[in-house]
Amino acid sequence: MLSIRRRVHTDAARREAGTMRKRKRRPPRAKGKAAAGGRRPGRVRTPSELGENGMDLHQEEIAYQMAVRQREISVSEFFTKNRHLLGFDNPKKALLTTVKEAVDNSLDACEDAKIIPELKIDLRQIGEDRFRVAVEDNGPGIVKAQVPKVFGKLLYGSKFHTLKQARGQQGIGISAAGMYGQLTTGQPVRITSRIGPRKPAHYFEIRIDTQKNAPEIIRDEETAWDSPHGTRVEIELEGKYQKGRQSVESYLEQVSLANPHVRILYRDPEGEGVVLPRAANVLPREPREIKPHPYGVELGVLMQMLKTTGARHLKSFLTRDFSRVGSKVAREICARAGLSETAWPSRIAREESDKLSRAINSTKIMSPPTDCLSPIGEELILAALKKQIKAVFYEATSRAPSVYRGNPFLIEVGLAWGGPAAAAGDGDEDPLASLVRFANRVPLLYQQSACAITKAVIGTNWRAYGLAQARGALPSGPLTVMVHMASVWVPFTSESKEAIAHYPEIMKEVRLGLQDVGRKLKAFLSRRARIADAEKKKAYIEKYLPHIGAALRDILALRKPQEARVVRILTRVLEKSRKMD
Amino acid sequence: MGKRRKGARGTEAKIRGEAGSIYRTILRRRKPSLSLPIRSLDNVRYNPKVGYFEIGRKRKERTLTVNTAKTFAQSLKMMSLSIDLLRGDDIATKREAYYVSKNWGDARFDEQTESDAVMDDVEALFEVNREQLGFIPEEKGGEVAGRLTVIDRDPDTGRALKIDCTRFGSGAYSIPISVEDLGFRTNASFILAIETAGMFQRLVKHNFWKKANCILVSMGGVPTRACRRFIRRLADERKIPVYAFVDGDPYGITNIYRTLKVGSGNAAHINKFFCVPQARYLGVTPQDIIEFKLKDATHPLKEVDIKRARDALSNDPFIMRELAWQQAIEQMIEMGVRVEQQAFAKHDLNYVIDVYLPKKLRNPEKFLP
Repeated sequence: MLSIRRRVHTDAARREAGTMRKRKRRPPRAKGKAAAGGRRPGRVRTPSELGENGMDLHQEEIAYQMAVRQREISVSEFFTKNRHLLGFDNPKKALLTTVKEAVDNSLDACEDAKIIPELKIDLRQIGEDRFRVAVEDNGPGIVKAQVPKVFGKLLYGSKFHTLKQARGQQGIGISAAGMYGQLTTGQPVRITSRIGPRKPAHYFEIRIDTQKNAPEIIRDEETAWDSPHGTRVEIELEGKYQKGRQSVESYLEQVSLANPHVRILYRDPEGEGVVLPRAANVLPREPREIKPHPYGVELGVLMQMLKTTGARHLKSFLTRDFSRVGSKVAREICARAGLSETAWPSRIAREESDKLSRAINSTKIMSPPTDCLSPIGEELILAALKKQIKAVFYEATSRAPSVYRGNPFLIEVGLAWGGPAAAAGDGDEDPLASLVRFANRVPLLYQQSACAITKAVIGTNWRAYGLAQARGALPSGPLTVMVHMASVWVPFTSESKEAIAHYPEIMKEVRLGLQDVGRKLKAFLSRRARIADAEKKKAYIEKYLPHIGAALRDILALRKPQEARVVRILTRVLEKSRKMD
Repeated sequence: MGKRRKGARGTEAKIRGEAGSIYRTILRRRKPSLSLPIRSLDNVRYNPKVGYFEIGRKRKERTLTVNTAKTFAQSLKMMSLSIDLLRGDDIATKREAYYVSKNWGDARFDEQTESDAVMDDVEALFEVNREQLGFIPEEKGGEVAGRLTVIDRDPDTGRALKIDCTRFGSGAYSIPISVEDLGFRTNASFILAIETAGMFQRLVKHNFWKKANCILVSMGGVPTRACRRFIRRLADERKIPVYAFVDGDPYGITNIYRTLKVGSGNAAHINKFFCVPQARYLGVTPQDIIEFKLKDATHPLKEVDIKRARDALSNDPFIMRELAWQQAIEQMIEMGVRVEQQAFAKHDLNYVIDVYLPKKLRNPEKFLP
C-alpha cells in the first residue's frame, strides 16, 4: 500500500509541474510489459533475424519511432482504465462507492466547518440499470471558483498534504465517481452549492476531460435553493441496487453507528424513506493537524520533502518539517548520517538522502503526539449501538493512542450481544457474529477477510469469554463487534480503502480492545447463566421435592402434616444453598 | 403373611431404616444423602478366600441438591415401590417398574435405562439383590436336565411341588427368575454347566447325565443371575462340584466362565449371591487342542479376541490372581487359535460323549481353577 501511496504522492507533485511521461505514469503492474516492449532493439541484433526480414534499423531510429508513441497520460485516463482500484469493479459496488464518496466528502466538509451534519441521500432508478444518486449536506458549501476543480479533476483536494485524521485522503473519490457516471451514462455531474444565506446558490453541470484531467463546465448558473448553505451532488450512473449486506442501507446504518452526531435521511429506489437519527448533538473533537513523524517517512517521501522544504539547512529542515525532532535529536541525526547540520536540503535530496534515512531510523525519537486523533468515545459508541442494534448487552472501549511506523492511531471496540436471536435460545445453530469495521469513521464493507481487524477478531479466543468459536472463524452467536481505527494515516491495502494492512502494532491494539470488551461480556454472560441457574433451581425444587415427601410418607407411613413439613423444610434448605450442587 | 418370601421383612426393615434416617436428617434441616458403593471395575477386588469379586470401599455420596433432586426423588420412589411389592408379595420386572414410574408425574423415568440405573443404585445401597427387593430380571434363567428334583411351591395353595428333572425327555426344566425359595434333592456327583444350547441338547438326547450321574445346566452364553444363583444354591446345599464346559476362546474363558465363577464386574455389590466360587473349568482348554487333535478344527483368533485376552491378563483381578489361567491364555495367544465345543464333531458326532468328557472327568483335579 505504501508504495502506491508514494506513487500517488509523486504524481501529485508532477501534476503541478505538468510533466508526466508515459513510462513514469505506468502503474507498477504494467511495468514489466512496458520493459519487454521497449527492449525490442535487443532482438533486432540477432544476425539470422537481421538477414531474413531486412529490418536492419539503426538503434537511434527505433528510439525516435518509439518517442512518437510516448506521450502524457492523464490521471483521469489512468483511472478510467483501472477503475477497480477505486471501488468501481461492478455495478452494485459502483453505486455504493458513489454514495460513500459523496458522504465522506460531505461529512469531512461539515466537520471542518464545525457544523453538525445532516445528510439527505436520494437514490432513484431511472432505467433498468441506471440510477441517479443525490447526496445533499448542510455543510459550508464550496466557493464558486473551486467547484469545477473539486468535482472535475482527480487528485484535487485539501487533505492529501496534511497529516490529519480525515475520511478522505487523496482527492480522488468524488471526481472518480463522477467520472464513472460520465463513462457509463454520458451524463455530467450536477452540483448545487451555497456558501451562505446572503449568497445565491450556484448550479453547475460539469464534465471531466479525461485527457487533460480538467473540468469542463457545461452549465453554470445561479439557482434558487431553500438551504441556507450546503452542497448537493447528483451523479447518474450505471448501477445495481440490492438490499442486504453491502447495500447502501447497511452502509448508511454503519455510518450512523460510527458517526453518532450525524442525522441521515435516506430514500431508497423504491421510494421508502429511512431516518437514522443522531445519538449525540455534539461534534467530535476536531482533529489536530500534525507534521509527519520521522519514523513514518520513507525514502522517496523524504527526498520529496528535502526538495520542497522552505528550510535552508538540514538541521532546521529536520526540526521544522517533522514532529518530535528538537535541535538535540536533529543534531544527533546529522551526526549519525555524517552530514553537516548546515547542509543544503536539496543537495542532500540528490546525493545523501539514503544516509539520512538510515540515520533517522537508528536514532531514538519520541513517539508522535496523539492529540491529533478524534476518537468516537466509549459513551457515543454505546449510544450509537443502543440506537441501532437490539441487544441485551452493550460494551465499548476506547484505547489509548499508539503508534505504527510513526503514525499515531487508536483503536475503539464496541460490542453488542443478544437480542431476538439470543432469546430464541439454543446455541448450536447460531450464526457467525457480525463484524463492522471502520477506519476514521468510514465503514469498510468489502474485503473483510483481508483486513487486519478481521484477523485480530478471529485470532482472539472468544471461547474464553463464553462464546462458541470454530477454529479460524469469527465467534458465533447473537453478537455484533464493531472496531474503529482512527489515525492520521490509515494503511489501507488498496486505493479503494477496503481493508487495513496487517501491522503488528495495529493488530495488537485491536486484540487488546477486543479482550477488554470480551472480559466484560464474559462477566455478563456468567451473571446471566447464574440467574438462569437460579430459575432452573426454583423450577426443580417445585417439581421434585413433593415426590420426596410423598415417597417418605409411603415408606414411613407419615401423616399429611409431616409430609408437608418435609417438603417445606427441604424447599427452604435447598433455596438457601447458592449453588446447583 | 406366611406365604411371604424369606427375608422380605428384613429387606423392608432396611428400606424403612434408610428412609427414617433421611427423614430425621431433613427434620434437622440438613441435606439428606444416600451413600452408594461405586459400581465399576476400578472398585472391585477378587478375594480368593471367598472366591468371588467383592466391591471395594469407594462410595459416592448422593446428597440431595437442586441438581440431584430428580434422581433423589426417583430413588426414594423406587424404594417405596419395593416396599409395596414386598408387602403385597408381588414382583415387577425392570420393564414393569419403568412403566409404574409413568404414574409418578414429574419424577417419572423417560427411558428404561434410567430406571434400571436407579434400581441398581437401590440394590447397591441395601447390598441385596434386586429379587429381594421384589424386582426381577427379564431374561430367561437357563435350562436343567439330569439327576435332580426341584422343590417349588404352588403359587395358589403354597403346597410343595416336586419337579423331577430326569423326566423331561428331550426337553428341560427352565430355571425360574427367582430361585431363592427352591429346594433341591439330588445324589448327582457333579453339575456340568454348558455354554451352548446345542451341546446341551446333544448331551440330553444321549442321556449323558445318566451315564455320568450328573446334572446338566445350559447357560446359553453368559449365565444370567438366576442361573448363577441356581447353580450356587444347588452346589452349596448338596455339596457337589461344578464343572464348566465352554468354548476355548477368550470370550468363553474371561466372560462366560469368569462371570459364572466370580461374578460380574459391574454388579460386584451382589456377587456374593450370584457367583459359583466352586466352579472349575473342564474345557475346552488350549491344551485340549493338542491332546485331542483339534488343530484342523480351530479358527484363528480375531483381533477382538486377542485384545480381550490381553485385557484380561492385565486388568481382570481374577485372572491376575491365577497363574494357571495366565499360562493357559498365553498359550492360546501363542497358538493364535480358538476352538468351539462342537469342534469334537470333527472326529465323530458323539466323540464328545464317548471320548472327550469321560477322559477329562477322570482327572477333575487337573481342571483349571
